[in-house]
Amino acid sequence: MLHFPVWKILAAVTLCVVGLIFALPNFLGKNHAGLLPDWLAEQTVNLGLDLQGGSHLLLEVGLKEVIRERVDGIIDAMRVALRDEKIGYTGLGPKGQKAVVEIRDPAQIAQARAALQEIEQGLELVEQDGVIEIGFSPEALREVKTAAIQQSIEVIRRRIDETGTREPAIQRQGEDRIVVQLPGLRDPERVKSLLGRTAKLTLHFLDDTTPALYEERGKILPPGAMVVPNDDPNNQEEPYYIVRKRVEISGDRLKSAAPTFDQTSGQYVVSFAFDSIGAKKFGKITQDNVGKRLAILLDDAVISAPRILQAILGGNGIITGRFTADEANDLALLLQAGALPAPLTILEERSVGPSLGADSIAAGQIACIIGFILVVIFMAVIYGFFGLLADIALILNLFLILGAMSALQATLTLPGIAGIVLTVGMAVDANVLIFERIREEIRSGRTPINAVESGYKQALKTIIDANVTTLIAAVLLYGFGSGPVKGFAVTLSLGIITSMFTAIMITRMMVVLWLKRARPSAIPI
Amino acid sequence: MFWKPISLIPPETKIDFFGLRKLTFVVSTLFILASIVTYVVRDLNYGIDFDGGIMIDVVFPEQPDLSVIREQLQSLGLGEIEIQEFGGPENILIKIQRQDGDEKSQMAAIGQVKALLGDNLDYRRTEFVGPKVGGELIEAGITAVLCALIAMLMYIWLRFDGWQFGIGAVIALVHDVTATIGIFAMMQLEFNLSTVAAILTIAGYSINDTVVVYDRIRENLRKFRKMPIGDLLNLSTNQTLSRTAMTSLTTLLALLALFYFGGAVIHDFVFAMMWGVFIGTYSSIFIAAPLLSVFHLRRDGETVPAASETS
Repeated sequence: MLHFPVWKILAAVTLCVVGLIFALPNFLGKNHAGLLPDWLAEQTVNLGLDLQGGSHLLLEVGLKEVIRERVDGIIDAMRVALRDEKIGYTGLGPKGQKAVVEIRDPAQIAQARAALQEIEQGLELVEQDGVIEIGFSPEALREVKTAAIQQSIEVIRRRIDETGTREPAIQRQGEDRIVVQLPGLRDPERVKSLLGRTAKLTLHFLDDTTPALYEERGKILPPGAMVVPNDDPNNQEEPYYIVRKRVEISGDRLKSAAPTFDQTSGQYVVSFAFDSIGAKKFGKITQDNVGKRLAILLDDAVISAPRILQAILGGNGIITGRFTADEANDLALLLQAGALPAPLTILEERSVGPSLGADSIAAGQIACIIGFILVVIFMAVIYGFFGLLADIALILNLFLILGAMSALQATLTLPGIAGIVLTVGMAVDANVLIFERIREEIRSGRTPINAVESGYKQALKTIIDANVTTLIAAVLLYGFGSGPVKGFAVTLSLGIITSMFTAIMITRMMVVLWLKRARPSAIPI
Repeated sequence: MFWKPISLIPPETKIDFFGLRKLTFVVSTLFILASIVTYVVRDLNYGIDFDGGIMIDVVFPEQPDLSVIREQLQSLGLGEIEIQEFGGPENILIKIQRQDGDEKSQMAAIGQVKALLGDNLDYRRTEFVGPKVGGELIEAGITAVLCALIAMLMYIWLRFDGWQFGIGAVIALVHDVTATIGIFAMMQLEFNLSTVAAILTIAGYSINDTVVVYDRIRENLRKFRKMPIGDLLNLSTNQTLSRTAMTSLTTLLALLALFYFGGAVIHDFVFAMMWGVFIGTYSSIFIAAPLLSVFHLRRDGETVPAASETS
């Protein structure tokens, strides 16, 4: 136990120096980091959102609606395919995540199967007694979901970028969730309202059936039409509209959108421009349908339904709606960033204002320093010279934790600071075990060198057993915890490892060097 | 050369911990029963992490009138609203129970409260946990604590090659966890995610303490083959007493600093850990060690008699 080969000393010292180098940038602050030579690591500890302020949002993507929409599309395609092949059918409609249809004439089943198989790649077709069920294969379903999540992440990123939030972190979590972390965000309500809207813009023609006619006929919809609520503040004559299901042109053909002040009406409006394909399409639609009414739907509600007075060939238009300046601004931003493939639900929000973050850092630092000083004094008083050696190890320990956290780019949270303070208290445990053991050995009459040797040897097993069990708890915390609690698990685990290293290697090395040099006749412990 | 070191606990104490076992077993059993009863009758004061709901931590420019704010908020019709001072007179914490309906109505409630209180206040924290996530968090918390118990049982079983050590340590651990949940139920402290973190840390600390005592018992079992088990347990506990006291004290010192200077946000978290250091130290001396005698601890093939030799 007392023999230290040179390579071990070198390795231990090197490790400490590396730890110090990694810890160093944290003490210089961002402004002085440039003073360090280039070859030095420049990473500092990442501060968690609870320390730097910001918002954490957990969002759920409505994948069910994405799939339902896709199934609706398949049903439309089935209708067309069966009609083209002149196959008689009945009961065409959705059933769970599948589309189902019954073929009237059993003789046509094979023909129907062949026709329906052609619709789209990745579909699975099951037929029994003339009833055909079509759904996505598991792989296709996974692809649809992944694509929807990817697209959602992209749209979220664009929307957040427009608000000027720096360095947002947006990640998929699990099957249908997205985690959004927005450091330094000051107005979480605005971001939440931006993310809460799908912003799906579609243009449909009004059906010839007016609401009055529809109610007269006992609320029976003509085929291919649907009822949508009227959300137009300028025209509240009709409670709802009946529009064609067919989307003439949709928001993904938009090139740009901007809030504008309309001089003639004295209102804020949103002007938009289609891209070249969209403009051509828009031109043709308006040219062929002069006199008809075109409904502009935002998130499945009509926001205006102007009559086409003349062909609009430039591909530009405006949306009116008695907007305030902010509303016009946000709508333009949403249209510009594109529609979400599915509505988002906010499952969890944790926002911390910048003032609390700063207060928490300050409080954590003070608690850390005071706790540290108390423990250092206590150890020195109780164990004298050996206590001072343990204190040196404790200081090194703090640097090593900081260095490891910087190197691993781990996140420091408020509970994480608590973990460091707790580690300060527990880090001395290994040395306490050893010192108490040495005291016992001396009492049983051993010589100094003998007592130290046997003290370390006996205590080592206990130290390892005791720390492994604590490490088990810390690792589980990391696995099951979230956010700040994970930060606590990180500092606790690192603290356990570094404190074992400093107690077993560094303090022992100092003790051994002192024993060799001073050759004491009694141990001051 | 240096000042004279001090012994916190006089060397070679001969306290009869083993003789106290009947008293401490009764005290612990009573406390555990009280914990369970309180838990069943009053339940825990769950934070929004587990129950779902909204928490808004806001600082006013000057001390606000809580009753006025309560009245104003109540007029929104958001159900049960809890308002309390938090850390200072200008700082209040508003807790709103889970709203009926889906997550959208919860989000709307946050907007309503902020609109009512005004935009120019310092909103220090806004937290919202939907019912879906709350359920998952409870599940993860329970799983973590159970896994920790099982993993520690396995480790100790393997390292000490004797089931008595494993079972004894886990009983002490369950004792500490139950007592901690009990104190949270009795004092109606908020039970949230960080409390679960604190419980796992307590579990780690408690087992750490128990392992140190058990290690010494194992060592003494080999050293003193003829010593009656009661004397052996006493000897081991007394030998490790100094270390137990030292480590508990240094940890408590550090925690005290956190408790007084760490800020209101982690106050309950630190309290839970201070309680854990206390209960963990108590249980390793008064529960874990004497339990070994109850289990007829074996040594090297022969059964050590607990009280008298019967066969």
